[in-house]
Amino acid sequence: MDFFFEVLTGGLLAGVMYSLIAIGFVLIYKASGVFNFAQGAMVLFAALTFVSLVERGVPFWGAFALTLAAIVALALLIERAVLRPLVNRSPITLFMATLGLSYVIEGAAQALWGAQVHGLDLGIADEPLELGGMLLSQFDLFAAGTAALLVALLSFLFNRTRLGLSLRAVADDALGALAIGIRLPRIWAVVWAVAGFVGLVAGLLWGARLGVQFSLSLVVLKALPVLIIGGFTSMTGAIVGGLIVGAGEKLAEVYLGPLVGGGIENWFPYALALLFLLVRPAGLFGERAIERV
Amino acid sequence: MFYTEAGQFSSHYRTDRRLFRLRQDRYSLYALLLFAFAVVPFIGSDYWLNAILTPFLVLSLAGLGLNLLTGYAGQLSLGSAAFMAVGAFATYNLELRVPGLPLLGSIVLGGVFAAAASVLFGLPSLRIKGFYLLVSTLAAQFFVQWLFTKVGWFSNDNASGVITAPPLVIAGHDLSNPAGRYLLTLGFVVALTLLARNVVKSELGRNWMAVRDMDTAAAVIGIPLARTKLLAFALSGFILGVAGALWAFTYLGTVEPHGFDLSRSFQVLFIIIIGGLGSIAGNFLGAAFIVLLPIALSLASGFMPAGVIDAGQLENLQKIVFGLLIIGFLIKEPEGLARLWQQLRERARVWPLRY
Repeated sequence: MDFFFEVLTGGLLAGVMYSLIAIGFVLIYKASGVFNFAQGAMVLFAALTFVSLVERGVPFWGAFALTLAAIVALALLIERAVLRPLVNRSPITLFMATLGLSYVIEGAAQALWGAQVHGLDLGIADEPLELGGMLLSQFDLFAAGTAALLVALLSFLFNRTRLGLSLRAVADDALGALAIGIRLPRIWAVVWAVAGFVGLVAGLLWGARLGVQFSLSLVVLKALPVLIIGGFTSMTGAIVGGLIVGAGEKLAEVYLGPLVGGGIENWFPYALALLFLLVRPAGLFGERAIERV
Repeated sequence: MFYTEAGQFSSHYRTDRRLFRLRQDRYSLYALLLFAFAVVPFIGSDYWLNAILTPFLVLSLAGLGLNLLTGYAGQLSLGSAAFMAVGAFATYNLELRVPGLPLLGSIVLGGVFAAAASVLFGLPSLRIKGFYLLVSTLAAQFFVQWLFTKVGWFSNDNASGVITAPPLVIAGHDLSNPAGRYLLTLGFVVALTLLARNVVKSELGRNWMAVRDMDTAAAVIGIPLARTKLLAFALSGFILGVAGALWAFTYLGTVEPHGFDLSRSFQVLFIIIIGGLGSIAGNFLGAAFIVLLPIALSLASGFMPAGVIDAGQLENLQKIVFGLLIIGFLIKEPEGLARLWQQLRERARVWPLRY
């Protein structure tokens, strides 16, 4: 039983890492209705820029600030060059545009900084820590703490600031928000920049774990089931979904994996998400679309 | 657009309903088919037949399969490569384990297996919609790849899951030379394209489009949603399965499950975006574009002074150009190359005396 709880806790902590990616998705989907496949590419871009700056001798916080500036610039560019011309197009078109965008960002990031694997050391030992009889990864605990801080920061931004108010207004009703004088393009740029910031945090944590390389952009595929279980529109959903996927994946790997020959972590989250969807077609916390003819 | 020509009248409903109503369309199609079947195999070099025409045809077919599902029936899918893999592996196993089954039979049956898999993973579409459906097709993508890698039976216990083409013999004719493989592919592509074109014009095709445009409204006017959606998955899966078998056996010769990974699914999706969603001809234009672009880019970089662009950068550059093209197409011409081609034709009709 102890072993079960150890696996479960390990899975829950790993799930937080998925939530980090999913939060970036939710931000953009809520504010602009875009299903942003390029979030993984943004994670890669952020982590790669950061690492390359650090390797060139820029101190940690300097590199962090510069990367953040680069991401904000990227967000402005995306808003101007992709979102604005595609305004009022169908969601599927916007999704495909972000697919193209992810190619551009991945290509550009690698053309700029090279395709080799960079190590990233955040100064946190990845050693197991004994807590109440369970061995937990110190790094995972740190990641969970960071995620909690990030969520607190984001909910402060959303619920306690003027900017957050307009963000929520846009998420609620874009046309209504436009009518009362909220500038949609600016809101979009802000949201993409914030999502880029979340991507930077996620990129640093994932990069420290996996090494900063191309496969970092594939974490988007890990975040997708998380997002789908939680629902596209809910930040709480992203967290809960991450925990469910993390725990389910670890448990399945330990208890189910040996029965079928292992390697199931690629598809198991999707099967899990599918089960959730059959019961709740819009995810656990997603808004149910009401359709009128 | 919907147009007809002066002097070409239909005096029967039958002639009005035919696939190509315009005489010039029909004749140019016949000429094209004659050229493709009778002339190309003789004049094409092995390089052209093997490395350009065959992959072009197979990818067009795969695009056609996905286009029926996404472009016509409106069900977004990122699992095309999975169904291609099912088609390829099923064909391989049928050839291996069912004695006396002719090659054509096993390719078609392979397509049937892919259709069954596609329907299975399409079942959730009855309950979930839109982007949530991605999870089902992505599950197919990852599960199928895992299955064929892990379960040795499918690849006849090959250590890395590699399957090799069966002897390509039809009715005693050996088709394993480049021209033969090209002809085999072309035959399937032409037959299935005609089938798809017919289906799209039929009641089923119109139902698909109604479901795509708004499925609630379609249900209200009495279109059976479940049957319509599942038939789209079935036909799309069948065509993708045949395309997969052809990709494995007439183009590559040997293939491993990784040959059908997610990037292949994306490639097929890009074909239909660039070519045109909801268009038959678009698949061919899109596939031609996808096959020729890398070649054109590496040719272009060959003209640059040596050292400006190395191989690694070329790949990145290719990605950037690709992404930009996709965004550009979506902004400027969301209906893709097919629409551009149509506009060109409409201009050419009235050239040089525009009214």
